[in-house]
Amino acid sequence: MSVEAERKSEPGVVAPRYFEFGSQNDGLTLDSGQVLGPVRICYESYGTLNADASNAILLLHAFSGDAHAAGYHSSDDRHPGWWHSMVGPGRPFDTDLYFVICSNVLGGCQGSTGPGSVNPETGDRYGLEFPVITIHDMVKAQIRLMDHLGIQKLLAVAGGSMGGMQALEWASRYSSRVQGAIILASTSRLSAQGIAFNAVGRNAIMSDPRFRDGCYYDGEPPTRGLSIARMVGHITYLSDESMRMKFGRRLQDRDSMDFSFADQFEVESYLEYKGGTFVDRFDANSYIFLSKAIDYFDMETTHGSLENAFATTSSKFLILSFSSDWLYPPYQSREIVRALMRKQKDVSYCEISSPYGHDSFLLETERQAPMIRAFLSTLSQDRTMDGVP
Amino acid sequence: MNPGNRPHVAYDEIIKLVEPRSTVLDLGCGDGELLQRLRQERSCRGRGVEIDEGHIRTCIGKGISVFQGNLDQGLADHESNAYDYVILNQTLQMVHRPDRLLREMIRVGRNVIVGFPNFGYYLNRLQLLFRGRMPVTGTLPYEWYETPNIHLCTLRDFRNLCATVNIHVKTEAASHKGRPVSPIAANLFATEVCFLLVDSLKSI
Repeated sequence: MSVEAERKSEPGVVAPRYFEFGSQNDGLTLDSGQVLGPVRICYESYGTLNADASNAILLLHAFSGDAHAAGYHSSDDRHPGWWHSMVGPGRPFDTDLYFVICSNVLGGCQGSTGPGSVNPETGDRYGLEFPVITIHDMVKAQIRLMDHLGIQKLLAVAGGSMGGMQALEWASRYSSRVQGAIILASTSRLSAQGIAFNAVGRNAIMSDPRFRDGCYYDGEPPTRGLSIARMVGHITYLSDESMRMKFGRRLQDRDSMDFSFADQFEVESYLEYKGGTFVDRFDANSYIFLSKAIDYFDMETTHGSLENAFATTSSKFLILSFSSDWLYPPYQSREIVRALMRKQKDVSYCEISSPYGHDSFLLETERQAPMIRAFLSTLSQDRTMDGVP
Repeated sequence: MNPGNRPHVAYDEIIKLVEPRSTVLDLGCGDGELLQRLRQERSCRGRGVEIDEGHIRTCIGKGISVFQGNLDQGLADHESNAYDYVILNQTLQMVHRPDRLLREMIRVGRNVIVGFPNFGYYLNRLQLLFRGRMPVTGTLPYEWYETPNIHLCTLRDFRNLCATVNIHVKTEAASHKGRPVSPIAANLFATEVCFLLVDSLKSI
């Protein structure tokens, strides 16, 4: 298949594409040992791949993200992709210079194969029968997509949070295929606190009577449980300061408190709203599988130590953390940086002082943009000097 | 200190002290110019530590590895003997505990280079003596209440500190606005000094 050469640089209206593999004995061997196939990967791309396929950047989305990183899905679509402010002509992921790709993760529910897909062996949806997916499995599926697109070596991979975990896997295990890794608000292993919040989310879903062991596809899905899980998630993405700035103790649609249990504070209705819209676009089973993948991710245990994980990497790293992020706190980013420095690797690190908590990596565009832009431009220069195809 | 005012002569002095192809950690690396010159002129592999986001961005743009860190919190992020040289240029007088930072530098680097303005320079002394005011000069352009230079010292003070914390002075270069000054007259006539140091124990 020829690649997206016709698309103009401004993302504008984009359409997701689909790549399928694994139907003929070429399934994806998962970390669990199981072989999964067929596998469908939903992806979007922006900009143009150059003749020697050396200007490709893969964006890696976070937990609830999708392949729709930039642009709009229709001319009257009011919501651009999740990283629209960073992707486009003249923006840091400059589509006049780079060919930018984003794919929905394996195990997700926004176009790629996940627990909501039909199991070809049974004809039913997988549900909880879907194999356990790891962050590394997500990356393996992305590698198949890169092979398909004819991209041998990415100029960069970039992602925040769970996307940063994937970027770490790319740079740790497949550094011959990635020149630079941009890792935002991420970690080499989730903290006990993070696991705890994920556990609360999964418990909320599984205790919804509609959950029915994940076999809810023929009836009503567990929307209440899923929306509570999302509410908890949103609390962890914010910070004390950002909540104070955004809501304070302001009341919603009333002047004084009445003595009832109805939602009264703005922050309550915000969480209700966020939980409510989430259930329209997310599958409860994917919530369980993806949050487990995040919990299980642990580079120290997998490789013996962080130093071992990066011992042979040839990628360059840009690592950014955010001062008010208590879900993926800056000390976790610094641990990665320290291991890379001990191994004499090329790594730059900045803790951006920001009040927005974990969400900062999606909001602090103006602070992180110049660093990402500068990092990408040095990667391009290195590439030109090395003459690496 | 405004980088435009910072004499690039200081960089020349430092670059002369660094062996080719060594590894360098530059503390308070600013816009990364010294590291860039060390890479070009000495084929060094360098890394910078800097606190300012704008400077960090500039370093990244130059392809220099830079780590955001606060020197007052020590060098805990860096391994012992990890670098051939650890450099602290025009920053010693700005940290809370220069003595502790020096020991940390000696731990992390096999060699340490420190460059700083000499407070013993005679014009500083004359301003204090005749005007009875804290000196304000070309190399020390700040009023006392706004200066980032909280631990100014004379060349002789620094020699004493090195002796106290078991640091051996390998070489010492003093200059007056770029021109070399003899060691005998240095404490009085040098505006800038640059030391190459090693651990007394390691140097035996």
